[in-house]
Amino acid sequence: MTPTLILAIAGGVLIAAGVYLLLERSLMRILAGVMLAGNGINLLFLVSSGPAGTAPIVGEDPEAIADPLPQAMVLTAIVISLATSAFLLAMSYRSFQLEGHDEVADDVEDAIVRRRAEADLSSEAYVDTSSDSDSESGGRADSELGGRPERETGSRAEDEEAR
Amino acid sequence: MDFANLVPIPVLLPLLAAGITLILARHPAWQRVVSGTTLALVAVFALILCLAADAQGPIVLWVGAWPEGLGIVLVADRLSSLMVLVSSIVTAIVVIFPSRRDVSDSADGAPVSVFHPTFLVLTAGVSNAFLAGDLFNLFVGFEILLFSSYVLIMLGATRERVRAGSTYVVVSVLSSLLFLLALSIVYGATGTVSFAQLPERLAALDPGMQLTIQLLLLVVFGIKAAVFPLQAWLPDSYPTAPASVTAVFAGLLTKVGVFAIIRLQTLLFPDSPLTDLLLVVAILTMLLGILGALAQGEIKRLLSFTLVSHIGYMLLGIALGTEAGLGGSIFYIVHHILVQTALFIVVGLIERVGGSTSLARLGGLAAVPLLAVLYLLPALNLGGIPPFSGFLGKVALMDAALATETPLALIAVIAGVATSLLTLIAVIRVWQRAFWQDRGEDDDRVHSLRVLPRIWVVAASALVGITVLLTVIAGPLTDFAYRAAVDIQDGAYTTAVEEALP
Repeated sequence: MTPTLILAIAGGVLIAAGVYLLLERSLMRILAGVMLAGNGINLLFLVSSGPAGTAPIVGEDPEAIADPLPQAMVLTAIVISLATSAFLLAMSYRSFQLEGHDEVADDVEDAIVRRRAEADLSSEAYVDTSSDSDSESGGRADSELGGRPERETGSRAEDEEAR
Repeated sequence: MDFANLVPIPVLLPLLAAGITLILARHPAWQRVVSGTTLALVAVFALILCLAADAQGPIVLWVGAWPEGLGIVLVADRLSSLMVLVSSIVTAIVVIFPSRRDVSDSADGAPVSVFHPTFLVLTAGVSNAFLAGDLFNLFVGFEILLFSSYVLIMLGATRERVRAGSTYVVVSVLSSLLFLLALSIVYGATGTVSFAQLPERLAALDPGMQLTIQLLLLVVFGIKAAVFPLQAWLPDSYPTAPASVTAVFAGLLTKVGVFAIIRLQTLLFPDSPLTDLLLVVAILTMLLGILGALAQGEIKRLLSFTLVSHIGYMLLGIALGTEAGLGGSIFYIVHHILVQTALFIVVGLIERVGGSTSLARLGGLAAVPLLAVLYLLPALNLGGIPPFSGFLGKVALMDAALATETPLALIAVIAGVATSLLTLIAVIRVWQRAFWQDRGEDDDRVHSLRVLPRIWVVAASALVGITVLLTVIAGPLTDFAYRAAVDIQDGAYTTAVEEALP
């Protein structure tokens, strides 16, 4: 079997461009990256289906037809990438609705843990039995803050910053 | 008796039921009945498959009986039928939990009706991944379960869930792309994707090419299984989903990745175990995961980190490449699926009773003794306290590691013991803070199990009961796990698939 060099190179370029876009934070660019990389990989499948110009038709000389299996796999992959694109589009639109942009944000809880570590405080899970008034170790001081969970964590983060 | 036609049932039945529950979208109560019965039925069939695979060897079905092995093949050997059995038990119990309020909590008008169909498709995907007899079908199984998990993790599409879900979706899509890339390379190099034909053809390849394929697939499955350094997405995305969804994700989805690693390491590359690399990765996964857990102040996140950490144990057994190690791993997977799911379900109950999952806001839950018992039993089990199955599983793995007598395996044993102790510290902290700490003066909540539907308490007790029962059936289960490991090592899989060729 002679692989087609052009297809392999085109696939590689598409995947490289896709990877570059995947490194972005904006969901739309990630979507573009996924589609490019996905199509690049589909081209690589075609590379393995044999030389160009032959069709996978049963009844011809087995030596003269292309391997049908990669084409079947590519079809499945195309259907899956269609669904992926649709879902990513919906997700990015929902993110735009909620936030006004479609960039993936950082983890809030993670930021709290990190800030505690930078400020050299003990972990929230740590129980200091010696002094109950030490609000840093217990975290009980936070409990007067009300509201929805995500707002709470946000205001707690600000609270920590104020200290 | 010929059991071959039973093999596709764990995939087909949930898919059929998914359609029915979609029709019943306006009748949530009926939806629950349909999905509950279906999953219970699947569990029964899985049990039959499991016993049959144990008695007769791997059961193979060439779907559609296409000539010359062109079609899709489904294989239920001891390992995969055991996995299907455990997963169907877990899903059958968990599907009881989501009520209208739970699924749509914190979002008005959330589409409750999609929960049951999606959940059923998820179980079909998990079963398909376990039963798949070729790499491409494994990929399709992964995609089925991933797509349903995208929907489930963002149920209600609140701000927090969309944020966490975005990370999850992007990471999963990336791993799917890598899997597809690996598939194209495998097919280009060998001309087949069948598990039965691949070992022989892969062995004939250039060693460099073999290693490339193996490492690429390891990265793909490593992302799914949340193995260090590919684990960062998990503690970020799992905790925000509804409790019952998180429970199933934590219990099952990562184990599908571990299962795929077992298939990869034992079936496709039996001669290249990469023991040193995998042992180092296993040690780092165990230690870094549990150190992350100790820093958390939120129970679901804490448990997510312990989940990452305990994946390290399963990897340890696989890395050793011996029958004992593999058997230990299989036992540990079964134990961990059940225990981790039970813990997350109980945390869901804690959230409902105590009003939060943040350790800073919980306290005094010991006033509800049943809830305390339901938490403490799986928690101690996870920490590896005898006589629970966590202890037995860890001992089996340590034994296997010590038997290989390499320095790295010894370090892995030390890391394993340390992780076990640190896990205990992490879960006992939750126990102290959530159950015994004084509550704040302004907190006038009355803790009572009455806020929970009675069926939740019954189902959670049943799940915890099963985790305790694992100790009782540990003997037969361990024997089964070792027979599964022997099966894998002596090539029963390949022989059975070739014999069944239409």
